[in-house]
Amino acid sequence: MVEMIPTTGREILYREAINEALRQEMRADENVIIMGEEIAGGAGREHLGIVDAWGGPFRTTVGLIQEFGNERVLDTPLSEAGFIGAAIGASSTGLRVIAELMFVDFMGVCWDQLINNAAKMRYMFGGQVDVPFTMLTRIGAGFGSAAQHSASYYSLFSHMPGLKGVVPSDAYTAKGLLTAAIRDNDPVIYFEHKGLYTEPGLVPEDPYVLPLGKARTVRNGSDITLVGISKMTWVCTEAAKQLSEIGIEAEVIDLLSISPIDYDHIIESVKKTHAVVVVDEDTPVCSIASDICSRVAEEAFDYLDAPPSKVTAPHTPVPYSRILEDQYVPNVERVLSTVRSLFNGYR
Amino acid sequence: MELNREGLLNLYTTMSTIRHFEERGIPETGQRGMSASVHSSVGQEAVPAGVCAHLTNDDYIGSTHRGHGHCIAKGVDPKKMMAELFGRSTGPNKGKGGSMHIADMTKGMLGTNGVVAASIPLAVGAALTSKTKKLGRVAVAFFGDGAANQGVLHESMNLASVWKLPVIFCCENNGYAESTPFEYASSIAAISDRAAAYDMPGFNVDGMDVFAVYEAAALAIERARSGEGPSLLECKTYRYYGHTVFDNPLTYRSSEEEDYYKSRDPLKLFREKVIPEGSITEEELNNIDLACEQQMEEAVSYADNSPLPELNDLYTDVYDDYPLSMMKRGTNMSI
Repeated sequence: MVEMIPTTGREILYREAINEALRQEMRADENVIIMGEEIAGGAGREHLGIVDAWGGPFRTTVGLIQEFGNERVLDTPLSEAGFIGAAIGASSTGLRVIAELMFVDFMGVCWDQLINNAAKMRYMFGGQVDVPFTMLTRIGAGFGSAAQHSASYYSLFSHMPGLKGVVPSDAYTAKGLLTAAIRDNDPVIYFEHKGLYTEPGLVPEDPYVLPLGKARTVRNGSDITLVGISKMTWVCTEAAKQLSEIGIEAEVIDLLSISPIDYDHIIESVKKTHAVVVVDEDTPVCSIASDICSRVAEEAFDYLDAPPSKVTAPHTPVPYSRILEDQYVPNVERVLSTVRSLFNGYR
Repeated sequence: MELNREGLLNLYTTMSTIRHFEERGIPETGQRGMSASVHSSVGQEAVPAGVCAHLTNDDYIGSTHRGHGHCIAKGVDPKKMMAELFGRSTGPNKGKGGSMHIADMTKGMLGTNGVVAASIPLAVGAALTSKTKKLGRVAVAFFGDGAANQGVLHESMNLASVWKLPVIFCCENNGYAESTPFEYASSIAAISDRAAAYDMPGFNVDGMDVFAVYEAAALAIERARSGEGPSLLECKTYRYYGHTVFDNPLTYRSSEEEDYYKSRDPLKLFREKVIPEGSITEEELNNIDLACEQQMEEAVSYADNSPLPELNDLYTDVYDDYPLSMMKRGTNMSI
């Protein structure tokens, strides 16, 4: 049984944990290759002494090209449909390809490859083919990057049969889930949160796998269940601390996987706490948050003392101006006021 | 590349098999109520025959919605294909794919396709596998004139050229994207001219003439195998039927045009060239046709006698590893 909370290891950053998982899996299996835009940077100028100019747009892939060479670490032209399609084709013919989509907002230009090829090949071919494809991408608002560089569109991927997805919330889950994603024989979308890259956390040095499709409880409580997704788990944890001060003990669940969604873990908690709030940085309509609420309502109705509720981003694009962006992202205050309204003066 | 007697007979057999599969299988599929998205490649047989004659089982192809010919030329068993069209569990895709998704990974056949141009980057990816693992294999991406205007083709050609991948972009230009004439939809008269934009050779051949296709494909495939990179091969061809079985093509093209292309039928052209040369007799070719007819008789019978999928198969093969209960959680499905 793998530990969902680290007990040993040394402190490294979230982005270093990602880099370590990539490096260790590429060492272990020569069929693992990685491609993407600027994952090394300055490609083709080795003769001028330029190698790894960027090390990735967020330095998650730094140093890989020096260790594995440019046949396994491939900078691509800016053509996501072409290279992500090729990554899927290579993954279905014997390689194990990691491709990076710089921001999830860019999925529009390669969506066809993801949903019509990666997601459907196994099924429409009658189970003939494994598609061990991992797509790294980024989510998260709060950086003044405006509407096309800041979204958290993981719900769209949850909707697609044939895809899996993970939303690591700290350095430990970043490494364990990436290792699992790379070793998995299905397409896995790996959502890195831009706001977590410099967060340190305890990470074992040896490779380890965290199970895909499993949530974890990061705080025990008896009065309400808070479900966090990616960075929102941190918001939930902080909210839980403050709720404790007014006598409400919140249980905090870190979702970790957006497909499969670990409904059982949530429902088991709700049966104990009798209330749930899902905190989700994605927009609210047809979302993971709304899906979890509907599942809880259908399957745990008799246990509920309050309507399943959500704290999410609004049904708008991400705005630029700081004052608006701060309003956009779910925060501790909104979680607290939502919980208080559910308790309706009883606490 | 000189064709010997056996090579010639193989080319004709491939074309005749495709012709007979389409002429028999498509109406039979319709009679079983499953014909909505079946596309006949009758008239286009020379292209898959001429190209795939240079490929082995280890090489890869990606195909289109009009892909039965590619499957047959790549060695997929017509009997299994018939079963797939009939929605039977003995099809290569267990009846889950149908005409537009026939795949046989044991033959390097990476799937016919329902999305125009979707298979092109897959073939590029297969070529990347070959190059990375030093397998010496090539990949052919078949596509139509409609796909020539899809962005992903252009991205794929650029990427393949930048990475010098062993891939052949093979355009079957049959003059129509559904009902839209090629000359309306394309800014350029010859798709093959677009090769220049990606620094690769562009070949433009008569796609009704299997020898022309065979010779040009030999050059493109040899170039790919020797590590020199991709090529674009445009074959001018014609589909005798409409886009699907429900389409009457005379609503957008003339019978004179159809007659012209039928006068240049690929099997007929083959006969007119080869029989006078003396090494192969008309009777031999007639016998191949008869054998293909018989083969389709057996294929229909095989398919009809094959089991249907089990209802529970609806939920399987979505993933390698995923909780099966999730496929129907919240649906209130009883089976």
